[in-house]
Amino acid sequence: MLLLILKRIGLGLITLFIVSLITFVGVEVLPGDACTTYLEREAYGAALDACIKRLGLDVPAYERYLDWASNVVRGDFGYSLSGEMPINEVLGPRVKNSLVLASVSILIGIPLAIILGIITALWRDKLPDIMISTITIFSMTIPEFISATLLILIVAIWLGWLPGIVIIPSDATFYELLSNIILPVVAISMIMTAHMARMVRSSVIQVMASDYVQMAILKGVPYWKMVFRHVLPNALLPAINVVALTIAWLLGGVVVTEVVFNYPGLGRLVIESISNRDLPVVQALAIILASIYVGINLIADLMTLMLNPRLKSLQIRK
Amino acid sequence: MNEIIESVKNLSIGFNSQKGKQISILRNVSTNIKKGETVGIVGESGSGKSTLALAMMGYIKQGLFPLKGECLFKSKDLLKMSSRQLEKIRGRKIAMIPQNAGQALTPNLKIGYQIDEALKLHTDLNKTERDKKISELLNKVRLPSPETMAFRYPHELSGGQQQRVAVAMALAGKPDLLLLDEPTTGLDVTTQAHVLELLRFIAKDTGTSMIYVSHDLGAIAQVSDRIVVMYAGEIVLEGPARKILKEPIHPYTYGLLKSIPKLSLAGLPASMPGSQPQPGSINEGCSFYDRCNLATDNCKKNSPDLEHIKELDTNVRCFNYKELINQNNNLQTSITKKSNNSEANEVLKLKDVSISYAKQKFFDQLLNKISDQNPTVKDINIDIKKGETIALVGESGSGKSTILKSIAGLLKTKDGQIKFENDRILSSDLKMRNPNDLRAIQLIFQNPDESLNPNHTVEQILSQPLKLYFNLSGEELKKNIIDLLKKVRLGEFYMSRYPRQLSGGEKQRVAVARAFAAKPDIILCDEVTSALDVSVQAAVLNLLQQLKEDLGTTYVFVSHDLAVVRAISDRVAVLYQGRLCEIGPSQNVYKFPSHPYTEVLLGAVLEPDPDIKPKLVAEDIVEEKPPEKGCSFQGRCPRKIGDICNSEIPPWQIGENGNAIRCHINIEELASLQQ
Repeated sequence: MLLLILKRIGLGLITLFIVSLITFVGVEVLPGDACTTYLEREAYGAALDACIKRLGLDVPAYERYLDWASNVVRGDFGYSLSGEMPINEVLGPRVKNSLVLASVSILIGIPLAIILGIITALWRDKLPDIMISTITIFSMTIPEFISATLLILIVAIWLGWLPGIVIIPSDATFYELLSNIILPVVAISMIMTAHMARMVRSSVIQVMASDYVQMAILKGVPYWKMVFRHVLPNALLPAINVVALTIAWLLGGVVVTEVVFNYPGLGRLVIESISNRDLPVVQALAIILASIYVGINLIADLMTLMLNPRLKSLQIRK
Repeated sequence: MNEIIESVKNLSIGFNSQKGKQISILRNVSTNIKKGETVGIVGESGSGKSTLALAMMGYIKQGLFPLKGECLFKSKDLLKMSSRQLEKIRGRKIAMIPQNAGQALTPNLKIGYQIDEALKLHTDLNKTERDKKISELLNKVRLPSPETMAFRYPHELSGGQQQRVAVAMALAGKPDLLLLDEPTTGLDVTTQAHVLELLRFIAKDTGTSMIYVSHDLGAIAQVSDRIVVMYAGEIVLEGPARKILKEPIHPYTYGLLKSIPKLSLAGLPASMPGSQPQPGSINEGCSFYDRCNLATDNCKKNSPDLEHIKELDTNVRCFNYKELINQNNNLQTSITKKSNNSEANEVLKLKDVSISYAKQKFFDQLLNKISDQNPTVKDINIDIKKGETIALVGESGSGKSTILKSIAGLLKTKDGQIKFENDRILSSDLKMRNPNDLRAIQLIFQNPDESLNPNHTVEQILSQPLKLYFNLSGEELKKNIIDLLKKVRLGEFYMSRYPRQLSGGEKQRVAVARAFAAKPDIILCDEVTSALDVSVQAAVLNLLQQLKEDLGTTYVFVSHDLAVVRAISDRVAVLYQGRLCEIGPSQNVYKFPSHPYTEVLLGAVLEPDPDIKPKLVAEDIVEEKPPEKGCSFQGRCPRKIGDICNSEIPPWQIGENGNAIRCHINIEELASLQQ
């Protein structure tokens, strides 16, 4: 088991290494470099030379990669170009904001999705299923920039209950954030919940049709006990990986929603740094987002492994 | 003894078709279950036997609903009860033992928990008493080390052990009535015999009534006091087991019994024409009319009632049953088949073939070899003559299908050679074989549902090999397809049908036709009849034999069913754990002296005769891997003589009958031991 975990972690690290190479090479092969993009029209003569010297662009690429990579491993992403401040300071509040938005969405969205999925499956083709399924399919198909804009129009402008866009600085405190994130959370949850509820629904329906559920009924197990003991643990296992991908997607910045609501999270930072051509920040973001995906998927795999007795003993035997 | 505990009265169950018509799959069924009695319900797939059994627990599958009638358990109608009331009866008064315990046990819950659940629901025992009871129950169903068994998950057990757990779970509530839905189908022959023996013991020990549902008359014969025969949703014959099996007075039962291959009979079983009608297709007349050779005009117009015949204590649904009384002697006959010419040339030789499923390590992959000291299949030497049918027989894990796959080129061999015609070595890699060799060896699979493309018509299915190997097109192609269909006794109008519009037997006929389309020299048959109903199986076996006699094809026939093998094959090779145990002409392999494993297999075969009981000589342990050295059967052998069996590979001995046996015991001694 331990060996397996180590193996998975190793694979994850290799993935990250490859991602870092690709982003580094990608940035390298772009026409121009950090200095020409930063200095723009003044990129000539002494100013350019000074910049190159300052950023250390005069050494060969592989040396710069090694230098950059070893700093990243130590948690130092270098300096951003536009703000001329350490990237860690730029990232810090953004990561926190994204975390707040993601965790609130997760705390509301995932339980809601699971409950809706179970309800629709157990009352399949009856009124609750038809109603909830129609709504979920509806909210799944509307693109988020439309649903977000509609939310702003209705709740913020017509009703005036909540602020339409987030106008707090990126280093606002948790409580200041909380009142501002209600609309973004609703917008995100609509799509996320709908997807997961559909997943859970089909998974529960499949398990309900299985031989062992019929057996449990014929054994005289009361309905709700059967649902909780025999159906849900088996039906929710395959949902773990979908939940993990959703979490990773949330943490990685929900770009569109953040832009629509002007929310200072990672997603908006991605857009900003790309349009500012702030290459060091783009590099740093690529690594961070990749680590989030690798990490969350690793956790999901391990959880599936722990919870599924079949896989567990298979691994031990190997 | 005569107290009735459950009685079904005029029960009809059906569904609404897409056209809004009510279609019944169970029609007017009435029967009584007495206390302490075991009733066998037998019928082919689609006869409504499982629907009837489940209705007797008050359970109707989704999509179905009761049309009329009642299921009275102790004078209360189960079909009118609320689910709260049913929970009190299911598991406590009536318990179920399911068909496939591997799928009927919840995968995420431990064995102990699942039995404990039944105890908690249906008894008043406290925790410590329940724990004691769990190991008692596990002990009663004869599971090894019951103390630790409770802490294991279903998937950690073998098929036979899972079935035993299901029995223990059913016994937990001390039910008055046990419902068994094909409880031994899908198990190996020896395991099947052991589970049946256990069920018989439990019936006697606890005095529980049992309803045993199965398609297998062999299993039914072993346990039942009374037998109910179902056909197309109706009871056609009902009476004491011995009477039904020895003197069947309904033409369907008579034909069914004749179509079962029997160990004692060489030659092919007689087949019944046609197949069971689909629900909803019977409008008037007897449902068996199309297939019956006693049918008259009366049978076409009027449907017979279930008539009680006092002197035979039997109910029968037939106008002409009197013609069948005292015809029982005819049951023990079969169609003799033309034997193969033993002078023929060898067409395929397996020489020292070993096959391994071990994953190649990195370096071995570079050197393109497999390093496995203990391969799944080892040292197979078989010479196959032109025009003969050789059967590979053994339980699951015996390597029989593995060998078949490597002959077909689907699995690489580790060592040894496969030689085809005039000692030409065939590569074990499909890509290295030339097109003509590919054409010469064809494969028929077990399950025609999966081997025929559901999106192709029969015409498209059959035209593929014809186009590929012979470049046929247009009129010529069509003519060939019609010829092929004629060969497998299907009409021209089948060309435009899709597989889903065919019955199981018809699908397998199409699969046979596809194999013959390539004009092959050798056809590999992988359990070709085991997914089919008995009456259809006999027809397919007869068809295969007929085609072989007409075209001189060679068959390699893989099966776990010794009686089927007896019927079709000229020569038999018995395999255990991927090693050959015995090989010889089939009439001799089925005679003693035999390899101890063959003896075990023969002893476990269930005959549809209450007087022939299986002999259980070996434990039904499941071995995961072949032993590293010595005899492959050392782990289970009832005649093991000592250390020599563990250390040395036994020598081949040729018996006077011409069968070769691989055993350390001298063949004459073996003969006297087995008398």
